[in-house]
Amino acid sequence: MLPDFGMILPHLFLLCWAAVVFLIDLFILKSKSNALSYISMIGLLITIGLVSCVPEGRTFGQMFISDGFSQFFNYVFLGATILAIASSESFADKLKFNKGEYYGLLLLCTTGMMFLASAGELVSMYVALELTTLTLFVLAAYRKWSVSSAEAGLKYLILGAISSAILLYGISMIYGVTGTTDFARIHSVISAKLNAGIIKEAWDVHVLGLVMILAGLGFKLALVPFHMWAPDVYQGAPTPITSYLSVASKAAGLAALVRVVAGAFASAAFMDDWGIIIAVLAALGMIVGNITAVLQSNIKRMLAYSSIAQAGYILVGLVAASRYLSFTGVKPWEFGISALSFYVFGYMFANMGAFAVAIAFSHKYGSDEIKDYAGLWRKSPFLSLSMTIFLLSLAGIPPLVGFYAKYYVFAAAIAGGGYLWLVLIGLLTSVIALFYYAYIIRQMYFEPTPETDDTERVRVAPLLTATIIIAVIGTIAIGIFPQPFVSLAEKAAVVFAG
Amino acid sequence: MDFPILSLMIFIPLIGMIVVMFLKQSQVQAIRYTSAFFSLLPLILSFIMLANYDWTTSQLQFIEKHSWVPSLSVNYHLGADGLSVPMLFLTALLSFISIVASFNITNRVKEYFAFFLLLEVGMMGVFAALDFFLFYVFWEIMLVPMYFLIGIWGGPRKIYAAIKFFLYTLFGSIFMLVGILLLYFNTDPHTLSIMELIKMGPSFRTDLQIMVWAFFFIAFAIKVPVWPFHTWLPDAHVEAPTAVSVILAGVLLKMGTYGILRISFPMLPFGTNYFSMMMAILGVIGIIYGALVSMAQKDLKKLVAYSSVSHMGYCLLGMSVFFIAADGTPFITGISGCMFQMFSHGLITGALFLLVGVLYDRAHTREIAAFGGLWTKVPVYGSIMTFFAMASLGLPGLSGFISEFLVFVGGFAKYPVITGIAVIGVVLTAGYILRMVQHVFLGPFNVKWENLTEINAREIFTVAPLIILTLAIGLYPKPLANLMAATLENIVTMVGR
Repeated sequence: MLPDFGMILPHLFLLCWAAVVFLIDLFILKSKSNALSYISMIGLLITIGLVSCVPEGRTFGQMFISDGFSQFFNYVFLGATILAIASSESFADKLKFNKGEYYGLLLLCTTGMMFLASAGELVSMYVALELTTLTLFVLAAYRKWSVSSAEAGLKYLILGAISSAILLYGISMIYGVTGTTDFARIHSVISAKLNAGIIKEAWDVHVLGLVMILAGLGFKLALVPFHMWAPDVYQGAPTPITSYLSVASKAAGLAALVRVVAGAFASAAFMDDWGIIIAVLAALGMIVGNITAVLQSNIKRMLAYSSIAQAGYILVGLVAASRYLSFTGVKPWEFGISALSFYVFGYMFANMGAFAVAIAFSHKYGSDEIKDYAGLWRKSPFLSLSMTIFLLSLAGIPPLVGFYAKYYVFAAAIAGGGYLWLVLIGLLTSVIALFYYAYIIRQMYFEPTPETDDTERVRVAPLLTATIIIAVIGTIAIGIFPQPFVSLAEKAAVVFAG
Repeated sequence: MDFPILSLMIFIPLIGMIVVMFLKQSQVQAIRYTSAFFSLLPLILSFIMLANYDWTTSQLQFIEKHSWVPSLSVNYHLGADGLSVPMLFLTALLSFISIVASFNITNRVKEYFAFFLLLEVGMMGVFAALDFFLFYVFWEIMLVPMYFLIGIWGGPRKIYAAIKFFLYTLFGSIFMLVGILLLYFNTDPHTLSIMELIKMGPSFRTDLQIMVWAFFFIAFAIKVPVWPFHTWLPDAHVEAPTAVSVILAGVLLKMGTYGILRISFPMLPFGTNYFSMMMAILGVIGIIYGALVSMAQKDLKKLVAYSSVSHMGYCLLGMSVFFIAADGTPFITGISGCMFQMFSHGLITGALFLLVGVLYDRAHTREIAAFGGLWTKVPVYGSIMTFFAMASLGLPGLSGFISEFLVFVGGFAKYPVITGIAVIGVVLTAGYILRMVQHVFLGPFNVKWENLTEINAREIFTVAPLIILTLAIGLYPKPLANLMAATLENIVTMVGR
């Protein structure tokens, strides 16, 4: 039987489009024009259109899943890529060579993420993950003239390779004890063992394999304590790539994590195990990320630590999903996964918007230092107001989308019961988070403009302006009218029911 | 009435904010009058609301309800009763007054008024919201403009004061959020409607009630502020620009006590009874502590700020007294005193902050010792200031007396010893108020202030409504008492036993 290519069409389309971008650059444009950014965005928009009408089901021998969950995350990946490309204009201007590769690699990377969200088994998940990370290594090192960018690329490569090795080792263990790599079959094998009462045989191998997979994916997601690479890479990489890393790559890792734990290890025998592991990872992320972010003076590093903390909040949703039964009558299972999906979606706008402002600022002033933002309100009311909105959303102040997202994950955690401590940690650390987010607002609005500064208005490139405006609209509008996106997120979560 | 009066009161200032944002920074007059206009409209609406409010019933009125996020049972649900109607009126009045009083702001005028109007949106929303989620949203929305208003236009230590206020209040709010979620998931069907939750109130488990009550209390107590959560207040009130201090003292502090009466009392009756003694004790500590600290102040504005801690203590003491009397009628004297105190403290302290601002604008100092004998130079200002000083210390015939009297009468019925200690507060209040009046207005004239000018017409315009209301309530408190009575009886019936 032929595989159903309808389900895989968006993926294949984007792959071909990436190849077209490479070829156009090679033969026609020769890295002389920025037209490729528009071509890439058109391709991404078409892909969004294709994703929205793709049929659901499984194909390629159950390896490839197309469902509400993959669809939702595909929107996030594609949206984040469009925003990243739109904010790349000033960076691409500095490139004399390899402009086409820059865009092409971004598209390839996105393709990898889309495959990742659709992976139905461990090996195809691994391959998709490698497609994503290998391209990201190159992109992180794309500021070839900068030592820090090269360092970022190399660091990312080495740690990425180690984490892949750990991940593979975990996969091999799971394959060893269950005899399959397919998520659904792993689940049924474990359930069968549970029913037959032989689950205790090779129990430690199961757990060790699961822990290794969690650790491997934890590296990709920059969860504490696997986060050491993130601040250096975030600071060294070109800023549009940093924003892409902090959102799309995080979402991709998360999609894989959800597929593994909620797909393969959804058996009651394991839920408490990974539930508590992820709860501890989430708590560490929120505590370490938020406290360390307070100490940063560079905005990219600060946003890097902030995104480590945000990953912690996202994981609270997954923790909630580890509760199969609840005392409250709702299904924490679905509730948690829809909450974390919604969180990622809202986080995309706020975080990529904040990076877009940082890009505009550093393009004009050549600085990423937070103290240089002093008096920005006078030089650019637009940039400072948008930045304020993004930061307040990240801090979780209503009526912005970040508040709704936080409310949703914490509601899920309380619905599941047993994790009130995690909710309290999350909320208390969000007060710390407000401190450093407000510090930037304070620089922009409260501190006097330095005397030496020119007070001329900042001109922001049109595409970047559009990025910021879209992000502002997303941050406010989804915060006020979240229902359509909550419905989408619920549709994504239904996949894991039962 | 069919037209959505509460929504209009909430969102007209938002429209005003948007209009102001589209004006040019240089069109200072246009910005001022636009803002005044958009804060006058809610005030007019609040009169319409007062005229149409049926005070004979404790039923919620002017109800609006629309589905907002059905997946999480969040509704856009507004309504008003005897608790919220006086507060909505006070908010509309003080917002308008404060905006007029802010006409002397010259720095970054456009942003100032835009933030001020946004602040009004949040305040109105808190007093009108009947959905817990909506309540929380409005509660938090206020923090952002407040942060900017203190941080940009404040005094020397404004940045510290602004972030302290922001973090402190957010810290409190997160406990409220946890409490909301805990209640939400303990109801069946799950609901965020405050009215529904109140109906289920008695059925909540006692341990849940105690925990959630404590969570709510942290949030509300920080806002009030109840000793020992008050440390943000002196910084914020003193550093804030005059009009913002008026709003802080006049409206924001009341949100704490309003929240306790609207939410904690009827929703968690067991928790309320469990903690009522603690409220009374904290109230008395606040009364005495605030008064003692006020006595030690050298700065006029700090004195008024700490006097708020003391005066809000009366609210707490008043509300801690509730029971069903032997003849079956609910005893509402204490809670009435609390409500009267909320209202009259808003008027009196608001006016005092305005007047301190008037003096500071001219003298550029607020040090009590730097003045002396000002009455001879500025008799009108001196009389108005003394009027409100007397109101603040509870002179009979003015609104402050009514509230303190009710609180004490109520308090003696249940906690005679605690209330007895609280009465000392009256003496201490008289002490610091009279000392202030004496040092600033009486005694030998300090020739340094030879060129001090009299209070101007705009400034008199801003305090005039407050004078009238302070006097009116002091002489004839019945209309306000009637307005609230039915609602308060209902609340006491729900919690008293």
